[in-house]
Amino acid sequence: MKVAYYPGCALHATAKEYDDSCQLVFKELGVELQEVPGWICCGATPAHLTSHLLGVALPCKNLILADEMGLDTVIAPCAACFNRLKVADQEVKEDLELKKDVEKVLGRPYSGRVEIKHPLEIIVQDIGLEKVRKMVRRELEGLRVASYYGCLLVRPPEAVSFDDPEDPQSLDNLVTAIGGEALPWAFKTECCGASFSLSETDIVFQLSGEILNEAVEAGAECVVVACPLCQSNLDLRQKAIEKRYRKRINLPVLYFSQLLGLALGMNMRELGLLKHMVDPTKLLEKTLV
Amino acid sequence: MKYAIASEKVRRTFAKQIEKISGERISLCYQCGKCSAGCPVAYAMDYLPSQITRFAQLGMVEKLMGSSTIWICASCKTCSVRCPRGIELAKIMDAFRILAKRQGIVPKGQIAPLFDGIFLGSIEKYGRLHEMGLISKLNIASGRPFKDLSLLPIMLRKGKIRFVPEKVNSPREVRNLIRKVEELESK
Repeated sequence: MKVAYYPGCALHATAKEYDDSCQLVFKELGVELQEVPGWICCGATPAHLTSHLLGVALPCKNLILADEMGLDTVIAPCAACFNRLKVADQEVKEDLELKKDVEKVLGRPYSGRVEIKHPLEIIVQDIGLEKVRKMVRRELEGLRVASYYGCLLVRPPEAVSFDDPEDPQSLDNLVTAIGGEALPWAFKTECCGASFSLSETDIVFQLSGEILNEAVEAGAECVVVACPLCQSNLDLRQKAIEKRYRKRINLPVLYFSQLLGLALGMNMRELGLLKHMVDPTKLLEKTLV
Repeated sequence: MKYAIASEKVRRTFAKQIEKISGERISLCYQCGKCSAGCPVAYAMDYLPSQITRFAQLGMVEKLMGSSTIWICASCKTCSVRCPRGIELAKIMDAFRILAKRQGIVPKGQIAPLFDGIFLGSIEKYGRLHEMGLISKLNIASGRPFKDLSLLPIMLRKGKIRFVPEKVNSPREVRNLIRKVEELESK
């Protein structure tokens, strides 16, 4: 199986470890990732908050680049990129006027042939957890995990449609398949503050603080995520949140690809587990058998 | 409180403008308040999302555009998923912000629109986002030059941020794309 790979800006900077761990895990699972040549930013939130057409044209440009590779699927690990690609594709397919405008801007026809998937979707649905379970070399011996999906992986279901928007299960099922304990908790799809990390940081402290608090209350030893913005808000801002609430949280925030990589036998350094602000190494050493 | 409700004509024109940008109809809202109940950032807004929709229905454009609500919306789309009338309110919130930016009526002191502008400037220049440039420019523009400075050493040490921007081969292509969008939209 060969798919086009759209890393997005964050995976080449603050979320390098998400990029590295995704590449390693997919190689092991027998999926070849081919990076979209010359990919550009999807425009993220600022584009669709400034111009509707721009917010659609930027993702479509990348989808055309992926189409030109001759592959039928593109994967985007960043939930925000994934969401923008999905929404743009859906809107262009439903609105012929918009499609015309997008094609005028890009100077090329938009075929809509390429299917957009999140890596989690490939693992859970295309490869299947049965196969993943058989490949596990080290079980995560009862590691208590709060699976945190955030907003853009699951909303709106009409466009992204691979899991339930209120009580998604894919991350939980993956955690269970590799030996962890997926905890039931109520904040799976609450917002972390996302793009306010730099502009309205107080909102991030509030929202991410509540999420971390709930995860601790649920008995979690770590949080697992599938989005670089969620990871950064929960991990990088955790120290400031602790200060603000005068409470020790100390909850490692890991990408699902890192956790899966560990179970598949890779080491912490290559999976970028030393790059997080809240150090997960002690917890993981204790867990891995 | 005294509010002036706009004329039928003003109301219709505004509703149409919003529908043109977002594809959503504000007239469908029957004020159940579910969007406000589930909104994670409602606590930081001056008016609730459902109140903003009501202002829009009544054509109270100035009141709506002057609110902090439209800039505090985090685009999390919880409202869009839960609306019993099938309105994607998050898309309508996008439309309010797009209109405000177009008309140059962004309230002073809102940092989110500054962020949007600097972000887009970065991808216009390089094709991809340069995070370090975004952070430093935003901090200066918003009058908080030392914000997050204490995080810089550890982020550099962990290789999470870079001084040198990553460029695509032909950033001019992205610039042209943005120009063409502006051209088409000004017609």
